[in-house]
Amino acid sequence: MIEKSNVDDTTWHTDDKTKPLVQIKGLTKKFGDVIAVDNVDLDIYQGELFCLLGGSGCGKSTLLRMLAGFEYPEAGTIEIDGMDMSNVPAYERPTNMMFQSYALFPHMTVEKNIAFGLQQDVMPKDEIADRVHDILKLVELEGYKKRRPQQLSGGQRQRVALARSLVKEPKLLLLDEPLAALDKKLRKQTQFELANIQEQVGVTFIVVTHDQEEAMTLSSRMAVMDAGRFKQIGTPTEIYEFPESRFVADFIGSANIFEGRVSEDGSDHVRVSTNVGEVYINHGQSVAENKQIWVGLRPEKIHLSITPPKNTGPNQIMGQVEDIGYLGETSIYKVRLQNGQIVDVTATNQRRPMNRTHSITWEDTVFLSWEPESVMLLTS
Amino acid sequence: MNEQTKSVNRTSAEPRSLLPSRVGRQIQKHWRLIVITIPFVWLLLFFLLPFFIVAKISVAELKIASPPFSNMFEWTDSGIVTVRIVFDNFIYIMTDNLYFDTYLNSVKIAAVSTFFCLLFGYPIAYGIVRSGPLAKPIFLFLVILPFWTSFLLRVYAWMGLLSDQGTINSILIALGIIDEPIQMLYTEFAVYIGIVYTYMPFMILPLYANLEKLDGSLNEAAADLGSRPTNTFFKVTLPLTMPGVIAGSLLVFIPATGEYVIPDLLGGGNVQMIGRVLYNEFSRNTDWPVASAVALTMLFLLVLPIIVFQYYQGKSTGGK
Repeated sequence: MIEKSNVDDTTWHTDDKTKPLVQIKGLTKKFGDVIAVDNVDLDIYQGELFCLLGGSGCGKSTLLRMLAGFEYPEAGTIEIDGMDMSNVPAYERPTNMMFQSYALFPHMTVEKNIAFGLQQDVMPKDEIADRVHDILKLVELEGYKKRRPQQLSGGQRQRVALARSLVKEPKLLLLDEPLAALDKKLRKQTQFELANIQEQVGVTFIVVTHDQEEAMTLSSRMAVMDAGRFKQIGTPTEIYEFPESRFVADFIGSANIFEGRVSEDGSDHVRVSTNVGEVYINHGQSVAENKQIWVGLRPEKIHLSITPPKNTGPNQIMGQVEDIGYLGETSIYKVRLQNGQIVDVTATNQRRPMNRTHSITWEDTVFLSWEPESVMLLTS
Repeated sequence: MNEQTKSVNRTSAEPRSLLPSRVGRQIQKHWRLIVITIPFVWLLLFFLLPFFIVAKISVAELKIASPPFSNMFEWTDSGIVTVRIVFDNFIYIMTDNLYFDTYLNSVKIAAVSTFFCLLFGYPIAYGIVRSGPLAKPIFLFLVILPFWTSFLLRVYAWMGLLSDQGTINSILIALGIIDEPIQMLYTEFAVYIGIVYTYMPFMILPLYANLEKLDGSLNEAAADLGSRPTNTFFKVTLPLTMPGVIAGSLLVFIPATGEYVIPDLLGGGNVQMIGRVLYNEFSRNTDWPVASAVALTMLFLLVLPIIVFQYYQGKSTGGK
């Protein structure tokens, strides 16, 4: 277990001396006996696109709703731009939210939906019209002013919802599964659009998603959540390449995990003896000797060959190909080790497999090897 | 998309291969027709036919006979059929101020009652929708509960509550708030109480149905965009529950206008409503033609505007 949820928080903004835009301290929310958000700390800085990633029921939406002011915490504080939000109702917070269902007002046109937020502030009519026009231009829906939400496609509704939440120029925009209702192809395209719009307007985004690919594409920084706690916070690369726990390694992408014990903790390397042989790691992470630990290997970072590697030593295992999944661009090999464990290895199909066979095929004895810097050290 | 799935369901609900015989195939072929015929025949027999009988009586003349009106068709001895249609009854009720005033009074009482039903019913429906999963069925049951007791009995109960020696006056006197009983029974006030009490469920239920399916995230979205709760209610919730408001109001207004029992028992002779006039013409004066004319006039003056209103309402919302 990671003791403190904000362990990794310092790595990203080490040089940033500014105060975080959002400061969450010890935030806890219970629904009856169920703890939805469990004593969470988090700092989010101006201009970030921060993703909260987790499975359903992990508390990510509850956290977002507490930021918006729809739920009130049992304990802990939320500060936005230095202001304590504890007693500020939703309608007075400097945040806006884009709802998963979009929550567009069905009895209003696109134009009126977007203007609704501006009309709540005292603002001259011309200015409202101008800002509605500008935001519609940004989301490329200029010709749809007079339509009602029911007359729009799913993708257009999504953009109206985004426009409506952006038009008030909030300090913080909260997006609850913003792309979940779109079909796969449109979702991929919209991911980039959303990131571009965020860059253009410069508003800080907090996005809740269950889709790890979406989180990786969108975010400048992300948090992996489980059972109301942060498992790890970091940039997408940090989370993918240096997960700290088996949960994160397995949740983001896939990982082959071996249990082991630290046999040597050198100044620039770590040796771990596992049940499948010795693993040598040289990316400078330090772990106490003799400690129980897990090592993780991404399927794409394992090299597969029929001939044995030239030098013997650590970071190699022998196995037998049990199954091959041909995915077109890549193939997944399921390799059974001598101890019975199955290891997934992916290989890019750079050459077209001739005669409809792979160069490596079923029942082949293969050698797995990997670079010492690509091993993940998982402490829990 | 929803529309499409609905129509698919409808066709698949037809008994396609259940009846393989010749007759079965015939039934299948005319299934829609058969289904539609039943309500048509029902409405024809029990609504349209009686309506024409009433219409016929309204253009007849009063006669001391049984039934107490003249025939429309008469065969003279020479074999000629004479048709007698007189509009005297209509002219009579239009020229006599009693009928016009009563009609106006009925509409006024029904309209005010509808307003109060809405005023009290909306918060009740709103409260039920917002109540917890355990309380909700109980509250709904409580709304429907009065229907399990005879309507007449409930009106009599109100007489007991409102009369000079009734419960309310007794309590007020015992508490020393008043020295003499306030007359509540046989006033317009009592009629309002009776109508609002009786028709409240008809207002609450459609409103409940409408509010229940309202997407809760719309309220949150409005709050998120800076709208205070009262503003959200008038700008979002109320416009979106207008169908429920209209349905409930019609369900209260239409029967309340023609209400007979409540004004008779709680209003006594002091409150004239069209239902009472109708009853008096029909059974006390035994003037069936005038009673029929009163009924028809009410129908046309009351129901036609509502039909027209609904037609335009349907047109304006149908485009959505």
